[in-house]
Amino acid sequence: MIRFDHVFKRYPNGREALSDLSLEIDSGEVVFLTGHSGAGKSSLLKLISLIERPTRGQLIINGQNVSGVSRRKVPAFRRQIGMVFQDHKLLHDRTIFDNVALPLIIAGVGTKEIGKRVRAALDQVGLLGREQSVPLELSTGEQQRVGIARAVVSKPPVLIADEPTGNLDPELSLEVMNIFRRFNEVGVTVLVASHDLYLLEHFPVRRVRLECGRVVDDIPAGISAGEKLVDPAKLITGSEGAM
Amino acid sequence: MSAWLTRHAQTSIGSLGRLSQQKLATLLTVLVIGIALALPACLHLLISNAQNATGNWNKAVDLTVFLKRPTSAEDASRTAGRIKQRRDVSNVEVITADAALKEFRHDSGFGAAIDALNENPLPHTLVVTPAADFTTSANLDSLAADLRAMPSVEVVQLDTAWVNRLNAILETVRRGLIVAAALLALGVMVIVGNTIRLDIQNRRAEIEVTKLVGGTDGFVRRPFLYNGIWYGLGGGITAWIITAAVIAILREPIGRLAGLYGSAFQLGGLDARATLILLGSGIVLGWLGSYLAATRHLRAIEPT
Repeated sequence: MIRFDHVFKRYPNGREALSDLSLEIDSGEVVFLTGHSGAGKSSLLKLISLIERPTRGQLIINGQNVSGVSRRKVPAFRRQIGMVFQDHKLLHDRTIFDNVALPLIIAGVGTKEIGKRVRAALDQVGLLGREQSVPLELSTGEQQRVGIARAVVSKPPVLIADEPTGNLDPELSLEVMNIFRRFNEVGVTVLVASHDLYLLEHFPVRRVRLECGRVVDDIPAGISAGEKLVDPAKLITGSEGAM
Repeated sequence: MSAWLTRHAQTSIGSLGRLSQQKLATLLTVLVIGIALALPACLHLLISNAQNATGNWNKAVDLTVFLKRPTSAEDASRTAGRIKQRRDVSNVEVITADAALKEFRHDSGFGAAIDALNENPLPHTLVVTPAADFTTSANLDSLAADLRAMPSVEVVQLDTAWVNRLNAILETVRRGLIVAAALLALGVMVIVGNTIRLDIQNRRAEIEVTKLVGGTDGFVRRPFLYNGIWYGLGGGITAWIITAAVIAILREPIGRLAGLYGSAFQLGGLDARATLILLGSGIVLGWLGSYLAATRHLRAIEPT
């Protein structure tokens, strides 16, 4: 579904955010992307959403090489990727309904169909009945759930989330993660960047750890994070195994 | 197709709603556009009214032909018949010497003095009306020259100088109108473009989010184009109101002035065609100004 092949990303100021990064994520996988801030998590997600372009190497998403996506084709490309942001990025002068409907309006979906799908998406995140509120009337956790509803309303095959639980307390974080898991159960590929250790302990999904723009650790699903993290030696072995 | 139409209707109404939320700013922009459009509209009215007022005189340039004395009345009507056959002449009226004397006696009050004359001192006169298609000064001059060359003709009187001057003045004003209209149209586009630029800056976050969830350049630009169209339409309507007010203020004194000159001239306002052109150019200029500004400034906003 998502394949990084020796990808480098160097910013105009000379900082190298990703350095010879290779990573493959299969369709229907849930992957946690971990690492300190500055390790390259955000850069990796920005490459997937075509906010940034690789300096070198190949990035193939859903069978499509991003280097072949011209500026004009970026919007159509982005419609197959649902994005969730730490700061929600909701439009504060519009109702919850209008916020969630935005991707459908852009895609030219009919008015009736929009109503149905927006309510379905809000139902999935537990906010049915709040359509006519504005974002500031909602709590941070609720706003984040609106952001998730907007990301999935057009049923994209890929969902990426950059620190989606960064501003939430543990309980709300778990709730948000459970929502992600439910989407994954219906086949959506989910990639979450997070340094929330609490979450990592509760969700034994595949974990990819970045450091200085490289994959240093790739733990498959089913193994608890705790046992890996205590032993630095194993950590390095793990990274070699992944390469 | 119907979804597409619905979107456009929603976008246009949404844009109108947004503009009406910032009443003062919108009002000022519309007023400035209205004034800019009203100036050429008023100039246009000045020219068209001047043409209306003088048009009849322009067409009524007759040539007065005095025949040599002595010429018999039969010769005079023969000459008139020959002139009338010309392509560039629509009518020839013969005023015989006797008729002219009678009229002069009646109008002048010199009856007794005229009675003292032994013979009629007046020549036969032909009033030649040129054909409608031949009223340009060059045509009139060549007609006058031909008439002068006729053996029985003594003098041909043609006073086109003032007509020429008036036409030259109107032509100058018309040229000025085109220049002024072009400059003001440019001004309208700059005003709309700048307003749209500020609008885009204010809605930067919204534009970024829209682009992030897959909005095309065209989709992001659409509400701004509708803003431009509304500004232009509002400006056009304002210009029409200003022009109508100017006409209403001037109509009465100009009617009185015309009355003093014995004319029934009435100041005309904008007809349906001119109104459509005024509103249409407002819309087109608003759209064009916003299109240029939005295309240029929206490209610069990319999500980071």
